Amino acid sequence: MSAGSKNESPLIASGLSVKFGGLLALNELSIEVRRGEVLGLIGPNGSGKTTFFNVISGIYAASAGQVLLDGRDITTLRPHQIAAHGLARTFQRSRLCLSLSVFDNLMLGAVRRLNSGLWYNLVRRDRLAADVRSAAKEARDLLAIFNPDLAGKLWQPAISLGMIDRRRLEICRALIGRPKIVLLDEPSAGMTHDETNQLMNEILEVRRNLGNLTVVMVEHEMGLIERATDRCVVLNYGKKICEGKYADVAADPLVREAYLGKS
Amino acid sequence: MTVTSMKGTAGQIVSSILVTALLVGSLVAVLEIEDQRALGICVAIIAGLSFLAPKLGILRGAEQAGAHHPWAVRLIILIGFCSLVLILKDNNFALLMIATILIYATVCLGITIQTGYAGLFNFAGAAFLGTGGYTAAMLANATWLPDIVTILLGGVIAAALGTVLILPVLRTRGHYAALTTLAFGVLFNGFLEANEMLGGPQGLKVPGIQIFGWDFSNDLVIGSLSFSFYANYVLLIGAIFALFMIFTRFIERSWIGIWLDAVRLDEIAVSVFGLRISVWKSFAFTAGNFLAGVMGAVYAKMTEFIAPANFTFGDSLLLVAIVLLGGIGNRWGVLVATMIVILLPEKLQFIQEYRLLLFACIIILLLMVRPAGLLARRVRVFEERH
Repeated sequence: MSAGSKNESPLIASGLSVKFGGLLALNELSIEVRRGEVLGLIGPNGSGKTTFFNVISGIYAASAGQVLLDGRDITTLRPHQIAAHGLARTFQRSRLCLSLSVFDNLMLGAVRRLNSGLWYNLVRRDRLAADVRSAAKEARDLLAIFNPDLAGKLWQPAISLGMIDRRRLEICRALIGRPKIVLLDEPSAGMTHDETNQLMNEILEVRRNLGNLTVVMVEHEMGLIERATDRCVVLNYGKKICEGKYADVAADPLVREAYLGKS
Repeated sequence: MTVTSMKGTAGQIVSSILVTALLVGSLVAVLEIEDQRALGICVAIIAGLSFLAPKLGILRGAEQAGAHHPWAVRLIILIGFCSLVLILKDNNFALLMIATILIYATVCLGITIQTGYAGLFNFAGAAFLGTGGYTAAMLANATWLPDIVTILLGGVIAAALGTVLILPVLRTRGHYAALTTLAFGVLFNGFLEANEMLGGPQGLKVPGIQIFGWDFSNDLVIGSLSFSFYANYVLLIGAIFALFMIFTRFIERSWIGIWLDAVRLDEIAVSVFGLRISVWKSFAFTAGNFLAGVMGAVYAKMTEFIAPANFTFGDSLLLVAIVLLGGIGNRWGVLVATMIVILLPEKLQFIQEYRLLLFACIIILLLMVRPAGLLARRVRVFEERH
């Protein structure tokens, strides 16, 4: 990798708009994510945070604007193509395949690495078995960073896990494909305060182990945002109203107004 | 009690022998007994034993044997199958029934790949079976292709037709694909009846199978034993069915199996990780229809005659009902359900008039008592053998 591309921002959204009928969910939003940072994305309900994630990952099409991932234009690509360029995400509402095992769910995150060839899967069963073994080891190692117990539940259905383990599994699923950038959509949703804190410590530790992976995080819990993020972007009505360190952002009168209303 | 106490390999092997014996014994008893009252008692006994088997841990043991000692279990099944043919050796009707069961079960295996794994409903199973059959009939009457090629082409044409059907609706979500198959399943019959070249409502005659001078229309003679000519077909169909059972198992226990399940469960989440939904949907649909087409060709050759009446929309619905009854995504459940659905109305004559009513009752009862089907599908566990 050349020095130039190393400093380049891995994700740049410029002038991004999304219309749902008459509603402008994103309004000429421009966000630049810097390499190796944790960027917090905050704003009141309905301000466009999740919509932003959905556009970046290709689930919604942008009405206007451009998204660059590592300098490549991904605005019109389909989700699986965007994934191939190294973007992974979690979902606000748990989207695990609950009837499948923990292992199966994890492997979905590694789709791009695993061999989907017919000959390999149906005839070269010996090679498949060897790959399953090494994948299971890798899966256990990754899960163990979050929770050693979870690593022992590799062959249990995801539905048997508690809320916090499900969230851990979703985050592991996003990480196991070795993405360049990860979007975390409200990792604290549905969990208690203590669980959230614990999970966030784990996320930050894993991130350091992965060479300061770039993370964009939507979160409502401001304590987390303060502790975990390097920078924040505040959205309201699909527009960026403020950007900077959490302490500065939190003191901004526009942000206070967006959250608390006009005094 | 005796079996559950037997831990380990021995218990598993004994369990699988018992299950195989139960299946073979039930088939022989139901097929050979003519007296209606004796038959009724026999069916009740079989139902009782089937109810008891899981309680004694025999079913679980057989399942584990399948996972840990697959070749031992395959050998046991082979022995069971051969003894079945040996016992029924000159009973034309019984052998025809066995062949029919295996043909329907194969189509249902295809539907298992489509519906059970990838979540695509196929309401045209009989139409794809018919496509294979008519392909075989046309090829046999117009060309001199060897029968093995004809049978394979039956599968290929059915698969190709299915692919053409599903390609336009692949990018839609929801049940458009199901509606397309539904329309095809209904139209297929009408198309055949109106088509002079395909014999119209009267159908077509098809010559029997000949492979390397082995004429399937003659009685099978091994040493001093003489079998009905249907035994030829039962052996061939059994071999094809076994091959497809292993094929389906290998698909399920592979990365592809995970992809197909994911396509069924959450398209959006998995496309975000790079899975190409449309590729795997069309793979599952094509693979399933190939199985149906191959068996359609063999079916046409076995009965030496096909007509539109064999491939109605009602038959397609029956196939879907078998998959639901057996347990969506469970291969062995499909086989057991096919036996029940094919054999009972054929043998218990008083049922025949009420068979639709009876099926409705069975399905409703089953959905209440065992919502996942007779044999529920298990969570996939890859064996980590060292």
